[in-house]
Amino acid sequence: SVSSIVPESCLLIVVGLLVGGLIKGVGEKPPILKSDIFFLFLLPPIILDAGYFLPLRPFTENLGTILIFAVVGTLWNAFFLGGLMYAVCQLGGPGLNHIGLLANLLFGSIISAVDPVAVLAVFEEIHINELLHILVFGESLLNDAVTVVLYHLFEEFASFEQVTILDIILGFLSFFVVSLGGVLVGVIYGVIAAFTSRFTSHIRVIEPLFVFLYSYMAYLSAELFHLSGIMALIAAGVVMRPYVEANISHKSHTTIKYFLKMWSSVSETLIFIFLGVSTVAGHHYWNWTFVISTLFFCLIARVLGVLVLTWFINKFRIVKLTPKDQFIIAYGGLRGAIAFSLGYLLDYKHFGMRDMFLTAIITVIFFTVFVQGMTIRPLVDLLAVKKKQETKRSINEEIHTQFLDHLLTGIEDICGHYGHHHWKDKLNRFNKKYVKKCLIAGERSKEPQLIAFYHKMEMKQAIELVESGGIGKIPSAVSTVSIQNINPQTLPLERVLPALSKDKEEEIRKILRTNLQKTRQRLRSYNRHTLVADPYEEAWNQMLLRRQKARQLEQKMNNYLTVPAHRVDSPTMSRARIGSDPLAYEPKEDSENLPIITIDPASPQSPESVDLMSDEPKGCSGLPPSPEEDEEGLVMRVKEPSSPGTDDVFTPGTSDSPSNQRMLRCLSDPGPRPEPEEGEPFIPKGQ
Amino acid sequence: GQAQMVPRHLRGSAPVTSLLSLAVTSEQIEHLHRRFKQLSQDQLTIRKENFDSIPDLEFNPIRGKIVHAFFDKRNLRQESDGLADEINFEDFLTIMSYFRPIEMNMDEEQLDRFRKEKLKFLFHMYDSDHDGKITLQEYRNVVEELLSGNPHLEKESARSIADGAMMEAASICVGQMGPDQVYEGITFEDFLKMWQGIDIETKMHVRFLNVDTIAHCY
Repeated sequence: SVSSIVPESCLLIVVGLLVGGLIKGVGEKPPILKSDIFFLFLLPPIILDAGYFLPLRPFTENLGTILIFAVVGTLWNAFFLGGLMYAVCQLGGPGLNHIGLLANLLFGSIISAVDPVAVLAVFEEIHINELLHILVFGESLLNDAVTVVLYHLFEEFASFEQVTILDIILGFLSFFVVSLGGVLVGVIYGVIAAFTSRFTSHIRVIEPLFVFLYSYMAYLSAELFHLSGIMALIAAGVVMRPYVEANISHKSHTTIKYFLKMWSSVSETLIFIFLGVSTVAGHHYWNWTFVISTLFFCLIARVLGVLVLTWFINKFRIVKLTPKDQFIIAYGGLRGAIAFSLGYLLDYKHFGMRDMFLTAIITVIFFTVFVQGMTIRPLVDLLAVKKKQETKRSINEEIHTQFLDHLLTGIEDICGHYGHHHWKDKLNRFNKKYVKKCLIAGERSKEPQLIAFYHKMEMKQAIELVESGGIGKIPSAVSTVSIQNINPQTLPLERVLPALSKDKEEEIRKILRTNLQKTRQRLRSYNRHTLVADPYEEAWNQMLLRRQKARQLEQKMNNYLTVPAHRVDSPTMSRARIGSDPLAYEPKEDSENLPIITIDPASPQSPESVDLMSDEPKGCSGLPPSPEEDEEGLVMRVKEPSSPGTDDVFTPGTSDSPSNQRMLRCLSDPGPRPEPEEGEPFIPKGQ
Repeated sequence: GQAQMVPRHLRGSAPVTSLLSLAVTSEQIEHLHRRFKQLSQDQLTIRKENFDSIPDLEFNPIRGKIVHAFFDKRNLRQESDGLADEINFEDFLTIMSYFRPIEMNMDEEQLDRFRKEKLKFLFHMYDSDHDGKITLQEYRNVVEELLSGNPHLEKESARSIADGAMMEAASICVGQMGPDQVYEGITFEDFLKMWQGIDIETKMHVRFLNVDTIAHCY
């Protein structure tokens, strides 16, 4: 099919060309991609999406390499290209003679930057391994500072009479100001955003807004002062993410994710279409010599740059870059819409040859996107470059990685060598001690990473479970191994109490059945700011509580009932067993089958329950304390105050004495033994 | 040449030669020797107590296991089992050699041996009772230690995580298990399987033992 050969970006440009041609054919003037629209509205969502979801570990591990490619590589490209093009212009005859050195250098700096949008568009589809992806992509993000500095520098110099050494030195210094200033602005906004998110527990609905708002403000503030907006945006996203994610609700997280993906997709599409349209619409000035030599020297500059820099970098790297890697890095240096917009910004007064520049820029963009973009996939297959590993992060890996980190830090300390791990460890400790306390609300601030990871994993599994209907298939990887397989416990050899008579058994079963089928409906007060009962979060909490109770009660029940828990096959029981059904919050026609286990402390005690109580005092004496006091296990505590109208099933302390409550809980929440085919990994099997 | 810079009494000893053959400069061996003397307070051997003098180590949640690893006879490539009371510089270097970085010109077999060596070191750290298997209790112990930096944490959490991880390991290594089968513990072969996704050769090294002593810059 077409889409497997031609990358999406190419198709979009073709669409743009067609649309532009159509408009022109009708006689209207097609719209051109204006630079301020591009820089203010189309570019930020893409960069924020990239920065917020930046895989931090590979990025920081390869930061040195990325910086060298971004800074030194771009400088090399700009000057090499600019210089050579100047030479070409001098030799190129009357049409080109008048283009000065500065103009050429400016042109070089515009065209030399690798474009993040184009790289993302193409690399996303070829699923290349993480290292190469982060190298090329990281380079495309960080070279913005260089581009900004060079562009402004040359633009200004072009209007000077003379350029002195002092100007050049100031220009050099301004690079540091621009890049570090941009990062600083981003960090400041990131911290503010994280701090704000700490207090948003009452207004969950607008949490995503803060993320977008502060990030965009970081971008604008940086651009205002001619600092690097892209670096500010990346820094803000990276800094705010861990703290914001710890504070916001699951729904907000999903919202942020989907909005960012949506906006960046839309932006990307629009950018490529506009590129096509602008090509048709723009004034072009085609000069064979200029355009062809630009193209040629661009490629040569890129290849040479990558080769030389890799040779230098490999001296310091543990994992060396092979020639295959180098080829991909060189080949992946795509140019895109940023170059076009920067060229468009040039003003006619100083740069009469602007149209020629634009034509050359567009040609290079088309060439890199079409030719390189289309051929990179077959080349990747041909060269057998390592592809991305689709492994899911497992809890084992997390444990091992942390263990290894601590081990290496320890060895470094023993050696007396303050290396990479030592400083990373120090930073983590600083983060844990001071920063997290300020920026994360409540209990979560003290939650260690391992626990947070484990919660996330359990949450994912729980959601999968709920989504699959409760009795569905569980990922087969974990399905058949249960706690019994790894920690077999011998059943008690003797029963403590004599066996129950048949009648008593029947009574117990009847009570269980009636309680299970009872439903409880509460009126909810409507409040615009109350989110509709979040089925996943509340289901999750309830399920955790229930599961925990189920576990405990199972233990007790199995000790005192000789007859194994009756395997009731009614949907009520089976659904109750697994967990909550989010649909349970809505009333249904056949209320008998409503799968809610409600603990109804206020219901009148049936005489049978009292009997049982007297018969088996030990039955519930060993019961665990009520959930509020119970600190055991991985109960994810929701610190948000229950919004008005939450279906608070486990209402604490409404009426009766604790022992009655416990008794009723004991009877109504039987925690029956789960059926083997469900294989819920974390419910103990008949202990 | 280089070999002359190594302290006399160490020349020709097995770990030194193996390190030198990897072109680790004797300058670094010198540095390690100086460090050793610092730790041992100029004695010829180090005991467990000497490790207490390292200030940064006390923040490390698994410091107990790390120190223990230095005295573990299996790591010291000695025939017997159990713990040594004290180690000399040769032993110190032996332990350090587990953290040497990968060489460009290693062939498949060397690479495999290299990798197994490092993983064996890790395995010994997990398997504290030296029985060749990581049992559930030992794994729980590992997770508890990892989380020991958080004083208010309950033991239940650590146990649940360890249980979950163990079940995952069992399903990776053994696959489908019937309700009566019991998974005894993680053997070394299973351990190798678990680490297949992570390339330990590149991760488990200390830069200090790198060939070039120029400042760190990845």
